[in-house]
Amino acid sequence: MPLAKWWDQARQLPGAPRTCGLGVNAETWSQCAGDVAASGGRLLAMWASACDAWDNADTVEIDDIAGPAQGAQSARDGGSLATEAYAAFLTDRGVLILELPIERSGAAAAESTHYPGLEGLFPCASRMQRAMFDVSRVRSSDPDRRPWLRHPAEGYELIRVAGDGVHEIAVGPVHAGTIEPGHFRFSVVGEKVLRLEQRLGYTHKDIERRFMELPLAEGHRLAARIAGDCAVAHSWAYCQALEGMAGCIIPPRASALRALFLELERIANHLGDAGALANDAGFAFGLTQFSRIKEELLRTMSQALGQRYLLDAVVPGGTQVDVSAEAARSLASRVAAIGRESAQLGTIYDDHAGVRDRFTGAGILTPELARRLGVLGLVGRASGQPLDARVDMPSAPYDVHVPAKVVRQEGDVAARVAVRFGEIAESCRLAQALLASLPPGAHRTAVRAPPAGSFATGLIEGWRGPVFVALEAGPGGTIHRCHPHDPSWQNWPALEHAILGNIVADFPLINKSFNLAYSGVDL
Amino acid sequence: MLRTLRKICEIGLISEPPPQPDELLRARAALDERLRSVLGRALCIRHVDAGSCNGCELEIQALNNPYYNLEGQGIRFVASPRHADLLLVTGPVAANMEAPLRRVYDATPDPKLVVALGDCGCTGGIFGERGASRGRVSNVIPVDVAVPGCPPSPLRIIQGILTAIGASHL
Repeated sequence: MPLAKWWDQARQLPGAPRTCGLGVNAETWSQCAGDVAASGGRLLAMWASACDAWDNADTVEIDDIAGPAQGAQSARDGGSLATEAYAAFLTDRGVLILELPIERSGAAAAESTHYPGLEGLFPCASRMQRAMFDVSRVRSSDPDRRPWLRHPAEGYELIRVAGDGVHEIAVGPVHAGTIEPGHFRFSVVGEKVLRLEQRLGYTHKDIERRFMELPLAEGHRLAARIAGDCAVAHSWAYCQALEGMAGCIIPPRASALRALFLELERIANHLGDAGALANDAGFAFGLTQFSRIKEELLRTMSQALGQRYLLDAVVPGGTQVDVSAEAARSLASRVAAIGRESAQLGTIYDDHAGVRDRFTGAGILTPELARRLGVLGLVGRASGQPLDARVDMPSAPYDVHVPAKVVRQEGDVAARVAVRFGEIAESCRLAQALLASLPPGAHRTAVRAPPAGSFATGLIEGWRGPVFVALEAGPGGTIHRCHPHDPSWQNWPALEHAILGNIVADFPLINKSFNLAYSGVDL
Repeated sequence: MLRTLRKICEIGLISEPPPQPDELLRARAALDERLRSVLGRALCIRHVDAGSCNGCELEIQALNNPYYNLEGQGIRFVASPRHADLLLVTGPVAANMEAPLRRVYDATPDPKLVVALGDCGCTGGIFGERGASRGRVSNVIPVDVAVPGCPPSPLRIIQGILTAIGASHL
């Protein structure tokens, strides 16, 4: 197997399990990416080590915190800056990260090409590469050079569909419901969607740059606020990277509590979606019941953990809060009740002809297409992609508390609903098992500052899919660079395919069945 | 069908009374009493995410669960700023959302109220006011009431809305 030779050269990286790094040149970068694609691997994330602030986006020379000192010096003289492009791949053996040294030129940045693009092998690379240019001013060789995160004042070209009877429907950035901002352009004939083009980046807040201003010991707070609905996954992935580079082993109780928080987050979000999806299908009863159950869970969490949403629950070295025996009992009985009620409501959904009619066959993403698009997480599992980092690359305590993967082949809204119901049941089981066997001892330990230049990663399966964080330490406990990656990067382009041939009126339902992050990818 | 009806009966009415307004949340002088009394009866809210992490959105969505039942107070969310009396704005204002937020504000008919939500809406929060983050909502449009919290609880959000309309009559 050709991929094995790359693995043999790679060095083990701290942090996430089974993660290795490999220095490459432009030629081996493309070869290795080709071998990953040929062996069925996925593109997990792409980023570059340089990171410019929004204000300085047009003048690379002025500001280069990430480049080495002599690079910054030569750039001021009108020369070029040394930086690295990274591509992380998800393969059968784990995560393989390629590191390609490149030079980004100050003057000719807009025209030049800095590294070979991966869009031909991994379609989801396109937006990541466009974002890399916006953030790091490094350019791939791929043709789509439109800005992604940093919107120009005007003149963004959407791809148009022409022909008899074709018209466009523009939606957003401000949407009709309580959701995040983004622009959708539908090209439609009659009621049928011929093409959907998404334009995101509206909530871009320079998060990657903001990381560089924070101490390592506080980065988890920002990580939790990349996408508030998967705060535990993002902050755990960040802490896993930090603890990895600091050589810190967290106490067994801490990892059990983190897993408990992660499963509670998964349950809360799936409950919300299960209700909202029924509502979008015209069955308001579902929303009423599931929003009630979700509120009851949040109130129990508020009492037991002091927080309705766990934005500050995971901290470096462990968890912020411990769970008392009494709190564990109330959480366990709440979670058990949720499991029962969710199953009962699932039967009501199944028996409701109207709901079944709207769910079945809507927004189909075939397993073949899901594989080619590199779709991850929940959406992938509903389209026959049996990937779950909790099982495939388990961090403690998932090596002991092994979740059952919930996988469907149909790839329609009904399948994505079914995966959610399956995962609510499974997460309720896991949460109860974790609560019943919480290891004694401390829930937090000290993390000493890692040496400057340390590099580590984190990989945690959040409710949407695998959340990846690449972290590099600066001197004196500072963050040199942090790149957080939400699986929505991979799954947004798949939504453009799932809607094709469906009617416009089904888009809210199909979109909700994906329920992807905006802020999580706008960074 | 029978099971659906049985479930509805079994749960019964669980809505809770709304909290009282909290004048401490007010960011600028109240609207004229006469206008407020008109708005307060059937308030229409347009939510605008100007750059939030979506944490505040989760709690806004909770306002219409059976426990808080905001719509039961005559306060409902509408799909267009042209139908709205009050804008509920979350997030630090992202640079890419600055123009859309101004346009939403301009499209909302007078008299209008603005409630800024969350630590980010109040101060810029952890994202601050630099780079692509324009910081607090009041940097871009006038704000009547600012509700801190990360995210603020549904009760605090309702308090903020009730404070904005001075709805002691509820």
